Amino acid sequence: MMRTRDAARVSAESRRAFLRASVAVGGGLLLDFSLPGMLDARENAAQPSSTLNAFVQISNDGAVTITSKNPEIGQGIKTMLPMLIAEELDVDWASVRIEQALSDPARYGVQFAGGSRATPLNWEPLRRVGSAARQMLISAAAQIWSVPVSECDTESGKVIHMPTKRRLSYGRLAPVAATLAAPDLTQVALKDPKNFKIIGKSRSGVDSPLVVTGKPLFGIDVTVPGMLYAVFVKSPVFGGTVVSANLDAVKAQAGVRDAFVVSGGAVFNGLVSGVAIVGANWWLVNKARESLQVVWDDGATAAQSTTGFARQAVELSAQAPGARLVADGDVTQALGASAKKLEAAYSYPFLSHATLEPQNCTAHFHDGKVEIWAPTQNPDAGRKIVAKTLGLTDADITIHMIRCGGGFGRRLMNDYMVEAAWISKQAGAPVKLLWNRQDDVQHDFYRPAGFHFFKAGLDTGGKLQAFSDHFVSFGENGKAAPSADMSANEFPAKFVANLELGISFMPLGVPTGPLRAPGSNGLAFVFQSFIDEIAHAAAQDPLQYRIDLLGERRQVGAFDTGRMIDVLALVRDKSDWARRKPAKGSGMGVAFYYSHLGYFAEVVHATVAAGGKITVDKVWVAADVGSQIINPTGAENQVQGAALDGIGEALGQAITLENGRVAQGNFDDFLLLRMNQAPPIEVHFLKTEHPPTGLGEPALPPVLPALCNALFAATGVRARSLPIDPQLFV
Amino acid sequence: MQFTILINGQARAVEADPQMPLLWVLRDLLDMKGTKFGCGKSFCGACTVHSNGAPIRSCVTTVASVGSASITTIEGVGATALGRAVQNAWLAVDVVQCGYCQAGQIMSASALLAKHPKPSDRDIDKAMSGNICRCATYTRIRAAIKQAAGMPTADSRDSFA
Repeated sequence: MMRTRDAARVSAESRRAFLRASVAVGGGLLLDFSLPGMLDARENAAQPSSTLNAFVQISNDGAVTITSKNPEIGQGIKTMLPMLIAEELDVDWASVRIEQALSDPARYGVQFAGGSRATPLNWEPLRRVGSAARQMLISAAAQIWSVPVSECDTESGKVIHMPTKRRLSYGRLAPVAATLAAPDLTQVALKDPKNFKIIGKSRSGVDSPLVVTGKPLFGIDVTVPGMLYAVFVKSPVFGGTVVSANLDAVKAQAGVRDAFVVSGGAVFNGLVSGVAIVGANWWLVNKARESLQVVWDDGATAAQSTTGFARQAVELSAQAPGARLVADGDVTQALGASAKKLEAAYSYPFLSHATLEPQNCTAHFHDGKVEIWAPTQNPDAGRKIVAKTLGLTDADITIHMIRCGGGFGRRLMNDYMVEAAWISKQAGAPVKLLWNRQDDVQHDFYRPAGFHFFKAGLDTGGKLQAFSDHFVSFGENGKAAPSADMSANEFPAKFVANLELGISFMPLGVPTGPLRAPGSNGLAFVFQSFIDEIAHAAAQDPLQYRIDLLGERRQVGAFDTGRMIDVLALVRDKSDWARRKPAKGSGMGVAFYYSHLGYFAEVVHATVAAGGKITVDKVWVAADVGSQIINPTGAENQVQGAALDGIGEALGQAITLENGRVAQGNFDDFLLLRMNQAPPIEVHFLKTEHPPTGLGEPALPPVLPALCNALFAATGVRARSLPIDPQLFV
Repeated sequence: MQFTILINGQARAVEADPQMPLLWVLRDLLDMKGTKFGCGKSFCGACTVHSNGAPIRSCVTTVASVGSASITTIEGVGATALGRAVQNAWLAVDVVQCGYCQAGQIMSASALLAKHPKPSDRDIDKAMSGNICRCATYTRIRAAIKQAAGMPTADSRDSFA
């Protein structure tokens, strides 16, 4: 545990140094920080500390060190989780130092960043951890004073004996408290939320002082003594394997120490076939690729293409779905009886995660063990892959979770981790593996494309009588590819008497996986757009039509219609939906979506210029994620970022396949949102009596259809395929 | 080849291939990790540094081309009052999500403010649109630039507020 504790000390020291505004100039700055986990001897020598539990240490001077257990990917978890502990521990936030945990599930429980799960999973348990430590400190004081525990209370890092107003600091009590038995976590008391001092107050990111001064912090910044650099060249066709490579020519290049073929296996989220080039300088080893010639066996999927999939999807749509997810009532009969019928085909493309920090990992294999420094969202899953691939046990593998330069789901996979470990073993040295941008764009686990073929029927009053979707997705043997599935609860399932959801699969040789709000990021676009079409066909207000469709306030499975109706009403008020009259060429669109336990309704105001140029003028977000926003500044930042992320997807992003290869390779052809495209985002949280839930993801899905619906309101033209083609509006 | 380049006011000697980009000289030869690699082709701005005060993309700037230019990096930008004001505004506004692009954003922002002490929203769009933030912290970057400039942080493009 030494390494992580000391890493935190480096951070805390740097932060204080920064806040003293004494930052000088030049490289190294205040600390010799050559790798995360390095010791800052000055601070380490100064104060002995006592460990109260896996998460809380208190030094004799009262400084509190709280361990943050989950990977930080920009979601603010390294700030938010310790707030939960500090609140119940009853200490001042300013006295708290935060250290990043090692990957050690036996000690910390599950450690991952995904599914917006950290808040629901930790909201109560981590407060209990803080409360238990506080109880131990109270017991220590009561013991010292020989008074009943019931006469003691706490305030700002001190235990107070209420009758006599005597006080003892946590720093003084910690050595005694650490000798006491830990209380039963299920029995400790929790604060009344109205007494919260830390939770609910905005706290800026704990690593931000290091970020803005350029301190080494990310995976790519890790340096290990004696380290070599590596690139790993994989087949441009997924699943392709190396037949031969001109390794001798590559080894003759400047800066190259070694080059070798890795056989690899057939699992994408593992070690696959490729050529490793290792040397003393990353730029040189990357440059050495210019001389590399590989004969690849392309494997089975070299004929796959985006246009081929689109054609195949249309063909499949004419047949009955491979499987029916829902078949309520009689859609055929109800369609036949409908006064008005609609039919529409929607599609969305493959997407890359495009974390700004390319995939990388540093590994040191020595003496049958591996030490790994990984920017990963899912360290323990990576450990399992490394253990299996290198023939090690879990205990042989140490994983430092390094701050990630973006995650978005990409780093739930650990292909880069096993590559680094393997290359280090073969090279006989610590190795930092770094992918270049083209590697990163062309070797992702993509958000799968999807094709939806909708039908709907309305009665004379515009009421939705029949609804069907034939989703043509990817998969084999009746099983969806990762993140390519649809649930039987997809709205409006259970809200329309005659409703069918069917699914058909096309085989796919491309890795797919979760991208921020997986599933939902595509499904929200198609369903909430088509519902908009239905509302317009019914000649009704699209926002009110949605409220009417939700109907009575009630629980439908896990979904609470009342909570969604309330956020729709809130966004209607905040956006001035009912009264605002957009100018010619401008329009407002609305959508809602329930995902990751969060209820979100969003309104977009957008303008289309004569040449088809789209401007997103403003977004209003109304959200219900329960009773408590833990860190308001972080929460708002997540929601704004998620909404803008969705706008970026809608306006510019597509990964296309040609001859089994990804056609895009950098940010000139895979377009991320930029400053001049980013509208103001207004965020409103509706606090309700429900347990707090997560925010990384659920704000994203509704913004895509809300934008397309706004463009329809502006122009009368419906964008049914992403990214939005401005030519539609010319 | 041997090069002596002026970085954050200090002359630094490096032995490097003349074609080696300044980015990699900084990161891997001089161990200054603050300047970030994003795309390698000047598309994303993560590698932005100042050359004689002007923002440049260090990933496409060869070490041989630096010559006698004065280079400032994120590690040194806080030495000026303006640079420090930008860093402090970034903290006060709580801009950062993952933080990976922010060194480049701060370098572009401080170069903007050196030229336009009271930038308009259009000035900000123009100066900052070469810097991608994958987390899309753009609204806060905009506000932080204005805060550093001592201006009201409201977005003048927002006619709905």
